Amino acid sequence: MKTNLIPSIILTTGLVVLLCVAYPLMMWGIAKFSPNQGEGFIVEAANGKNYVNVGQSFTQDDYFWSRPSAVDYNAAGSGGSNKATTNAEYLDEVEQRIADFLVKNPTVDKHDIPVDIITASGSGLDPHISVDAARVQIARIAEHTGIPLAQLEQLVEQQTQQPLWGLFGPEKIKVIELNIALDALKK
Amino acid sequence: MNTEIFGIVVTFLLAIGISIPLGKYIAKVYAGKPTLLDGVFTPLEKLFYKSSKIQPEQGMNWKQHLAALLTINAVWLVIGFILLMTQGSLPFNPDKNPNMSPDLALNTAISFLVNCNLQHYSGETGLTYLTQIWLMFLQFVSAATGMAAAVAVFEAFKNKTTTLLGNFYVYFVKSITRILLPLSAIVATILIFQGTPMTFEGKDTITSMEAEQVEVSRGPAAAFIAIKHLGTNGGGFFGTNSAHPLENPTYLTNMTEMIAQLIIPLAMVFALGFYINRRKFSWMIFLTMTVGFLCLAVPNVMMETNGNPNIAAMGVDNSLGAMEGKEVRLGAAASGFWSIVTTVISTGSVNSMHDSSIPLSGMNELLAMMINSFYGGAGVGVLNFFVFIVLAVFISGLMVGRTPELLGKKIEAKEMKIAMIVALIHPLLILGGTALGAAFPDLTRDTLNNPSFHGFSEILYEYTSSAANNGSGFEGLGDNTPWWNFSTSVVLLLGRYLPIIGPVALAGFLAHKRYVPESAGTLATDTTTFGTIVLTVILIVAALAFFPVLTLGPIADYFTTISL
Repeated sequence: MKTNLIPSIILTTGLVVLLCVAYPLMMWGIAKFSPNQGEGFIVEAANGKNYVNVGQSFTQDDYFWSRPSAVDYNAAGSGGSNKATTNAEYLDEVEQRIADFLVKNPTVDKHDIPVDIITASGSGLDPHISVDAARVQIARIAEHTGIPLAQLEQLVEQQTQQPLWGLFGPEKIKVIELNIALDALKK
Repeated sequence: MNTEIFGIVVTFLLAIGISIPLGKYIAKVYAGKPTLLDGVFTPLEKLFYKSSKIQPEQGMNWKQHLAALLTINAVWLVIGFILLMTQGSLPFNPDKNPNMSPDLALNTAISFLVNCNLQHYSGETGLTYLTQIWLMFLQFVSAATGMAAAVAVFEAFKNKTTTLLGNFYVYFVKSITRILLPLSAIVATILIFQGTPMTFEGKDTITSMEAEQVEVSRGPAAAFIAIKHLGTNGGGFFGTNSAHPLENPTYLTNMTEMIAQLIIPLAMVFALGFYINRRKFSWMIFLTMTVGFLCLAVPNVMMETNGNPNIAAMGVDNSLGAMEGKEVRLGAAASGFWSIVTTVISTGSVNSMHDSSIPLSGMNELLAMMINSFYGGAGVGVLNFFVFIVLAVFISGLMVGRTPELLGKKIEAKEMKIAMIVALIHPLLILGGTALGAAFPDLTRDTLNNPSFHGFSEILYEYTSSAANNGSGFEGLGDNTPWWNFSTSVVLLLGRYLPIIGPVALAGFLAHKRYVPESAGTLATDTTTFGTIVLTVILIVAALAFFPVLTLGPIADYFTTISL
C-alpha cells in the first residue's frame, strides 16, 4: 500500500492534467469549427432561436404535433415513462391517447394511427415523428389553416428525411423544421 | 432487407472489421513495440513515470500488480467522494446544482470507479461541470484498470515460466495514452459535427414555437460521451443517456456509439491471440462469444420490431415496433440491437428505456448481464470469459480422465477453487441482493415504477446491473434512496474487484508453473468442440443459477400479456 500510495497520487495528478484539462480543451477547440461552435445546432424562426435537435411540445391544432412526452418536453430534465408493456394503467393511458387523437382528427381511421404518435419517447425530447405520423395529421391541419391538402402532402414529402445515405435506419420527419415550413405556407 | 435491419448488420460488421487491426495494434502497444503515436506520447509517459518515481521496466508479480491496482483505485474513490459532496460550492457550476447527499455521493463515486456508471441521479441537475469532468476521468482510468489487469493475465501465457507479469503502471498508462485517448478524440469529433454540444456555457432559455419558456441543458457532452462508450462505462451526460437527442443526435452517431462500445472488448480478444501468438485460440473465443451474443441479440431485434402485442390489440398501426421509450430517429431495430450490445458488454448506456422493453427482451438483457462475458467490458470481459474457459478445461479433463491443461499450464485444485469462487460470486450477489430487496418490501416497494412481476424485475435488474458493473437500469426505479445507494454500493465493489483479483491471482499461479509441451493427449482448446463446451458450461452456470428468478420476473410478466 505504502509503496504505491505516493506514485498513485502523483500519477493521478498528471493524468488529471491530461484527461480533465488537455482533452476537453482540445475537443472544445475542435467544436469551435463546428456549426454554432459546439453549443447545439440552432434554427431561427419567428419565435427566435430553436435547438433543432431538441424536440418541442406541439399541441395546437394548426401545427403538426410531436410525440407524447413523459416530461412534457422539459429540455432541462429528460426522461421516459419507463412503463412496462404489460402495465394496465399505462395501457389505459394509451387507449385514452388514441381516443383523444380520433376526436381531434375525426377523418382518420384508427388502423392508420402509427404507434409513435401515441407512445412516449425514451428521452421525452424526441425531435422526430414518423412520416405516417405526419400524414395522419394533414386533414386536421388543412381544416385549421385552409392550406390545400395537396400542398400539405407535398410539404410532408419535402420534409421527409431519408435513411442515412439512403441505406441505414428509418425514415423520419423533424417536427420543428416541418412546422417552420408550415408557418411559411400559412402566410 | 429493410434499412433498419441493414443498418445494424453493417454496424456490427464494421465493428468486427475495425477490431481485428485494432487488436493487433493493442498487442503491439503492450508488448512495447514501436507504434504510430510514439513521437507524441513516449516523452509524456516518461515524464509521468519519472515524476511519480515508477520504474517502468520493473516487472511485478501478481500480488504487486493487485496492490498497485487497488491502491490507485482507493485514491480515486476518496477524491471522487469529496468532490461530489462539495460540488455545489466548487467552480464550473453554471446551473447552480447542489451538493450530493453522502449516500448518493458514495454510490456515484463507487459506481464510476468500478466502470459501472449506475446513475442514481440525473446528469442535468445532479452534477456540476466539474464533477462531470471528474467522472469522465474515472471513465478513462477505470477502463484502463480493467485492460491492465487483462494484460497481466495475457502475460501469464506468454512467458513460459515466470513469477513476473509485467508492470501494472505501464499497462495502465499506455491503455490511456495509446488506446483510449486517441480513439476518444476521434469519436468525440464525429459527435461534435453531428450536433452533440461541447461547451462550458450553462443552460440556455428559449421561447418555443408555441410560446412557452423552455430551458435547454447543454455542457461539455461530446468529450464525455466518447469515452463513456470506448471505455464501456455507459454513464450518460444527460439523464436519458444515449436516448437523449443531444447525446445521440443522428443515426450516424448511433452507429458510431455502438461501434465505439464494441471495438475495445472485441479487440482485446484478438489482442490476446497476437500477444501470445495463438491466433486460433482468439478466434475460438471470438466465435463462441459471437454465437452467444447473437442468440440474445437476434430475438430482441425481432421482438422489439414486432412491437407490443397489447398495443397492437387496440387496433392501431403497430408496424414501427415497440416505440414506448424509443426514439423515432433510431427505430425499434437499432434500439433492440443496442439493448443487447450494451448489456453483453458492460457499457450500460441506453438508447431506449429498457423498462419498456417487451418482457422477454428484458429477460435477454438480464441474461446478457448475468453471463457478462459475451465480449464483456474493456479488459474485464476477457477475464470473465477466462474463468469459464478454466471451468470448461477442468470439466473436459475430468471427462477424459486426464490432468486438465490450459495452454501448456496444468490446472489444479488451487486454480479451480479461485475459478469457482469467481463464477459463483456473481449469482450470489445478484440473487442475494434481489432476495433482500424482496424480503424487505418497506425499503423497495415505494420505489417501483410498475406493479406485479415487472416490479420484481426492476429489483432484479438493479442488482444484476450492479453485480455485472453494467450500469443500465429499468430506470423507472426510484433508486436514489439510502437502501438502494448503500446496498448497490456493496454489490458494485464486490462485483468489480473479486473478478479482477481472482483471475490475476490465477494467472500468477499458472505463470509460475512448468510449461508442459503439447502432446497427442492434450485437449485442444482452439477448436469448435472446445468452444461448444465453454458455451455449454456458461449455459449451465447461468441457466441453473438464474432460471428460477427469471421465472418470477420477466417470464411471468410475459405470460400476463393480455393478447397472448
